[in-house]
Amino acid sequence: MVHLGKADRRRRLTSAVMTSLTAGCTLLAVGLLLVILSYIAWQGIGSLSFTFLVDSPRPVGEGGGIGNAILGSLVLLGLSSAVGLPLGISVGIYLSEIGKGRFVGVVRFIVDTLTGIPSIVTGVFIYAILVLPMKHFSAFAGGIALALIMVPIVARTTEEMLKLVPHSLREGALALGAPQWRVTLGVILPAAASGIATGAMLAIARVSGETAPLLFTAFGSRFFSYYMDRPIASLTVQIYNYAISPYDEWHAQAWAATLVLMTLILGINIIVRFLTRKRF
Amino acid sequence: MLSPTGNTGDTIFRGLMLLVALFVVAIVIAMVIALASDSMLSIRQFGFGFLTSSQWNPVKGEYGALPFIYGTVVSSLIALLISVPFSLGIAVFLVEQAPHYIARPVGFLVELLAAIPSVVYGLWGIFVLAPFLRVHVEPPLARWLGWLPFFQGSITGIGLLTGGIILAIMVTPIISAVVRDVLAAVPGSQREAALALGATKWEMIRVVLVNGAPGIAGAVILGLGRALGETMAVTMVIGNRPQISASLFDPSYTIASAIANEFTEATQDLYLSALVELGLILFLVTFIVNGIARILVWNVTRKTGGVSRAA
Amino acid sequence: MSAWKRSAQSVVLLGAFVALSVFVGCDPGNKGVSPGPVQLQGAGATFPNPLYQKWLSEYGKLHADVKIDYQSIGSGGGIKQIKDQTIDFGASDTPMKDEDLKSAPSELLHIPTVLGAVVITYNLEGVAQALRFSPDVVADIFLGKIKKWNDPRIAADNAGAKLPAADITVVHRSDGSGTSGVFTDYLSKVSPEWKEKVGAGPSPSWPVGIGGKGNEGVTGQVKQTPNTIGYVELVYAVQNKLPVAQIKNASGAFVEPSIDSVIAAAAASAANTPDDLRVSITNAQGAQVYPISSYTYILVYKDQKDAAKGKAVVDFLWWGIHDGENFAKDLHYAALPADIVKRTEAKLNSITAGGIALRK
Repeated sequence: MVHLGKADRRRRLTSAVMTSLTAGCTLLAVGLLLVILSYIAWQGIGSLSFTFLVDSPRPVGEGGGIGNAILGSLVLLGLSSAVGLPLGISVGIYLSEIGKGRFVGVVRFIVDTLTGIPSIVTGVFIYAILVLPMKHFSAFAGGIALALIMVPIVARTTEEMLKLVPHSLREGALALGAPQWRVTLGVILPAAASGIATGAMLAIARVSGETAPLLFTAFGSRFFSYYMDRPIASLTVQIYNYAISPYDEWHAQAWAATLVLMTLILGINIIVRFLTRKRF
Repeated sequence: MLSPTGNTGDTIFRGLMLLVALFVVAIVIAMVIALASDSMLSIRQFGFGFLTSSQWNPVKGEYGALPFIYGTVVSSLIALLISVPFSLGIAVFLVEQAPHYIARPVGFLVELLAAIPSVVYGLWGIFVLAPFLRVHVEPPLARWLGWLPFFQGSITGIGLLTGGIILAIMVTPIISAVVRDVLAAVPGSQREAALALGATKWEMIRVVLVNGAPGIAGAVILGLGRALGETMAVTMVIGNRPQISASLFDPSYTIASAIANEFTEATQDLYLSALVELGLILFLVTFIVNGIARILVWNVTRKTGGVSRAA
Repeated sequence: MSAWKRSAQSVVLLGAFVALSVFVGCDPGNKGVSPGPVQLQGAGATFPNPLYQKWLSEYGKLHADVKIDYQSIGSGGGIKQIKDQTIDFGASDTPMKDEDLKSAPSELLHIPTVLGAVVITYNLEGVAQALRFSPDVVADIFLGKIKKWNDPRIAADNAGAKLPAADITVVHRSDGSGTSGVFTDYLSKVSPEWKEKVGAGPSPSWPVGIGGKGNEGVTGQVKQTPNTIGYVELVYAVQNKLPVAQIKNASGAFVEPSIDSVIAAAAASAANTPDDLRVSITNAQGAQVYPISSYTYILVYKDQKDAAKGKAVVDFLWWGIHDGENFAKDLHYAALPADIVKRTEAKLNSITAGGIALRK
């Protein structure tokens, strides 16, 4: 039997307390999520139906659905990811692997500032440079606005994750004669893949919940559309429209649409995690 | 980290990455220039007084940014004060303590918090959080801590505290998700070394946390960015009153909320210009806060002698 | 296969994908020989949104070749975007000011569509009857001068009501809005002190109270918090089953907000409605008039750039002020009085494209 001195007992007690606290934090977070989710479900589950998922919106009292909004959100997410993810990851690679000296610090600082911009400012900016010259709203403008919001999140997480890859991996690959671009793309990026996926998922979750920038760029629509140069519906704008209305029926649809949106994001999350799972 | 053979592929690759980084920087600079030029009218009208004035009266044409700066900074501060320990706790639990079959699904669930649209957070805030705080949280706070100026005043459930708490909930999934990955990337050798020296579980976790400090700082900065720029959710529960009041129960107003609330209705040029100048100031605030955060992190990593990442 | 070949393959595939999405992604209806359906965008006031959505749906059933979208982003947004010409028609609760109109690229017409009422709603437990307020009482409550519910001035108008000795919590709009514009316009007319201290406009500096976002924010606040008083559009109070106060009008009668009392306000103001139809109908004279009523307008350019689109807009608006009004009552909006419809018809007839009138 080991004799535990006072100091040892105190250390063990601290450890026990802290580890239970961390468990408590997690429990609280999960509990909070369940509270919010159950509220959303309670409010919205009555409106979920197959028609709801495929129909387009109708005036009050006539039912209607969010089919076009689901399509629109998928299009916007696809476009913004196609632009924002490569841009963000490239900036992350630059910040971690390529940049040198004070300039890197400046770039990092500027990217950090981009994270704090309210999404409405981004929306107005894109309105000024894309919508005004084109004289009409478009899915393209919406996608670009969302991509701009994604870039700093993806860039910073990519940078942090790349930095955490052990130097030995880099040195080993370089020692084998691989050029830097192959080392980065072929060795380091895959090693940091799950962390980068986290950043991508956070960015996607973030922009999928944004309304303000879309109001000024993609505008919104009652119709099914996937064209880049026309306005397009989205789940968040539809939720916003329903939520600010006076009608209980529309409110219920807003909550139901939220459930659909969260399921969508959960689905994307699972797919991305599956694709970037560690295979070794 | 130069490639030994001066490979052209490398030059192209490095040049491409640099180009992309410059492109993003150029966009940010373009945004700042656009903001600055649109706020020129307001800057010329009010000058430096804009930053110190508490008057916000669109009808009379008097504008001042101080209450918004206060609201933004304090609500984000509250959010971080609540969220950072909370997120660290979650991340530590999921990485160090939870068995794998719990960690993965629970991790998913926490990340799901980030997928809730801000409009929905706002509505939940009005209908669930605010009444809950008004009935169960703020009265006890007023009773026990009412001698502090932070917990005085009338209790409506809508105010700076509610805004800060909603922000904390929105920011937690971001910080905890990133910190999880940071902690997971800390080499196992660090943990083993600590344990081998007789550390308790908590002491070992502390070593891991210090190891991951720069990454954790990056996560906090991401969370801070979210808090500073969050619009919809905050504006529904913070009361939207441009005033500076010590009490956390009182309504307040953030820059992002002001822009979101008033931008589409501002038809006079000076009004629009003042709102744009608010946006510019938010940029500045983000700059300054980031700068302070960086200095703090630099100090911490310096004291701990840097961290070796050789595996 | 070598790495180079694989990379080259990826680049080619990526390029093909991009080209394809650009090709597929652009709406063929825009260019090319066959024009396809006419697509219109309108944006602006949130207040008439439910009615406009109904109009768009019903009109769409009759005219499948016209696709119209309306997004409610606020009156100011509607004004800004019609001035920017990024939308085909705008919508605003309060009429545009002279300086605003002058800064538009060409002449903008105000087309009134329906009428609405701003109502005073409150949350008072134990008070079953509808409260009555005199205009000066309303103004002083919102000025913060009347602080308690059992103030003698409130009791004077409400004999028999059990008013509690609680503080009044005022709820106002935090976002700029036409509703606030109408309400403050009324307050400025009935209270010289309000006019001087605060004035009228979509984003006044409220002396007291907490701000809720949008009509639904104020509704939610009042519903959740006891002893509150706020102002919202009629339809929000009705849908959420909130009590609605009777207000004493300019002729001395306490009137409940309803479709009829709102139409009475419009009819009473018809005589002083100017030619361009921009008018405030708050505090009108007449025994049945509800004093806090207003028009809501659609904004279109008198000279349309695109003849096809212009015709579509004009035809839609013509249908709106005639057949569309039939849908107003069910959604708690008041239809336009007959003589205003006549004057609006004249406005619609005056819209041209390239000098040729669009309605023949």
